[in-house]
Amino acid sequence: MLKGKLSGKRKAYITAMRTAMLVSTVLTAALVLFLVIYVLIKGIPNISWELISTKPSYLSDKIGILPDIMNTVYIVLATLVIVLPLGAGAAVYLTEYAKNKKLVGMIEYAAETLSGIPSIIYGLVGMLFFCQFLNMETSLLAGALTLVIMNLPTVMRTTQESLKTVPQSYRDGAFGLGAGKWRVIRTVVLPGCVDGIITGCILSVGRILGESAALLFTAGFAHALNGIIDGLTSPGATLTVALYVYAKEQGEFGVAFAIAAILMILTLLINLSATLVGRYFAKRRNV
Amino acid sequence: MSDIMTAKELCLWYGSSQALKNVSISIPEKSITALIGPSGCGKSTFLKTLNRMNDLIPEVKITGEVSYKGVNIFDSSVDVCELRREVGMVFQKPNPFPMSIYDNIAYGPRTHGVKSKAKLDEIVERALRDAAIWDEVKDRLKKNALGLSGGQQQRLCIARALAAEPQVLLMDEPTSALDPISTSRIEELALQLKEKYTIIIVTHNMQQAVRISDNTAFFLLGELVEFGETEKLFSQPKEKRTEDYITGRFG
Ligand SMILES: Nc1ncnc2c1ncn2[C@@H]1O[C@H](COP(=O)(O)OP(=O)(O)O)[C@@H](O)[C@H]1O
Ligand SMILES: [Mg+2]
Repeated sequence: MLKGKLSGKRKAYITAMRTAMLVSTVLTAALVLFLVIYVLIKGIPNISWELISTKPSYLSDKIGILPDIMNTVYIVLATLVIVLPLGAGAAVYLTEYAKNKKLVGMIEYAAETLSGIPSIIYGLVGMLFFCQFLNMETSLLAGALTLVIMNLPTVMRTTQESLKTVPQSYRDGAFGLGAGKWRVIRTVVLPGCVDGIITGCILSVGRILGESAALLFTAGFAHALNGIIDGLTSPGATLTVALYVYAKEQGEFGVAFAIAAILMILTLLINLSATLVGRYFAKRRNV
Repeated sequence: MSDIMTAKELCLWYGSSQALKNVSISIPEKSITALIGPSGCGKSTFLKTLNRMNDLIPEVKITGEVSYKGVNIFDSSVDVCELRREVGMVFQKPNPFPMSIYDNIAYGPRTHGVKSKAKLDEIVERALRDAAIWDEVKDRLKKNALGLSGGQQQRLCIARALAAEPQVLLMDEPTSALDPISTSRIEELALQLKEKYTIIIVTHNMQQAVRISDNTAFFLLGELVEFGETEKLFSQPKEKRTEDYITGRFG
């Protein structure tokens, strides 16, 4: 009975489905591979030490992307410095302290919605609010603050999710020993969710690197080389914005592809580190 | 022997459902008191009231009084953290923190302000010795506590509670998740500990209550049905309901 033969029709159906799945897998993999290889082939030959270590000069008609690299670093740092404590703090408050569960649900829903809004809208709001209303003008700081709003939901949600994975029995154990609420959170709850905060952090860095629309209006496209303090108060392009500017406004496709290759490599590194961090914490948890 | 904890007409509600009904009981110090009764009768609830762990559950309402050394623990002047240090707790499922064995034991003392390394070393060793686990872990104090076996983890949790230097130790079915050998080690341990501490233990296992406890309290549907010397309660119960339960007629 159990070994009864499959009917011909059924067999043909299974074969067809298998083939279709195989084809889509191969197509997807090929597409990704093509994209990566294409960008690397077009970009890597254009990467030179000179390109990444100098600033552009109209006098000698040379292009250097050092300012854009530095701007990217500044904006990533400034955004993280603000968004991590804010997002993680909000998450801790919502999961550990807040009593009104309905309100918490509404805030979570709002955060979820917020993370789905097209980034150009953040750019517009950032420009109106930070640059004009708060009089920051076009500056890296205004850009960073815009990115903070954009990434806040991500950091908050990933932290919240990992707070929920910390077993209640740890909290009970600590309370049972006479620890106060804040001590319980600091010593038992937060260490158990570092991986969540780091995941949120890495996701945010990835998004910041990839962001152009939200920054065009808020941080601008200058290529001036500054220290971090001056840099934050003056306009500047990140690598992704610079890529857009070089490709679209100046027709410098060589430079654009060089930047693209650099961004691609950075993204790969970030994903790799996310995986490694995840594994490290998974291991630490199971000792 | 004097009484260390006393409950008077204690009632407790989870929302609108009442879990404890007019419980009055006096726990003599330096003895083992067993709480028995069918599951859902309020043993854990009663135990958690004694160190106010129920405060952590929203919508709990309590009336009546519980006094510890003559002080009403619900009084607004009582420091809950200090109460929980003096009335320690061991949970049903071993719950060591995901940190080193040393840090687990040092958690309580550190919480209560002990900073000196030498003092902590001394407390950790004494607690682990008192919990009869020192020999098994003395060479791996820096290793993660989650690497220990279930029985070792539970003795570690007992040591962790002892390190806070409590007077009373509440144990909620501490052996229900353990094998028979670990169970008997913890029973022996409880018998040693009553020299210095007052132990209140919830148990599902009536033989266990007979083996280790001096007094037994029988709970049913949130009520304290009978409380008295273990030997008497099991040999000549006063209440019909107690007799039915200990002879296995229900629960
Ligand atoms: N956190 C809670 N919220 C609501 N009801 C609870 C909670 N904890 C226990 N109860 C209820 O209180 C009663 C007593 O529970 P419990 O004290 O755990 O019993 P036992 O430990 O004797 O098995 C049960 O009916 C249980 O459903
Ligand atoms: Mg129970």
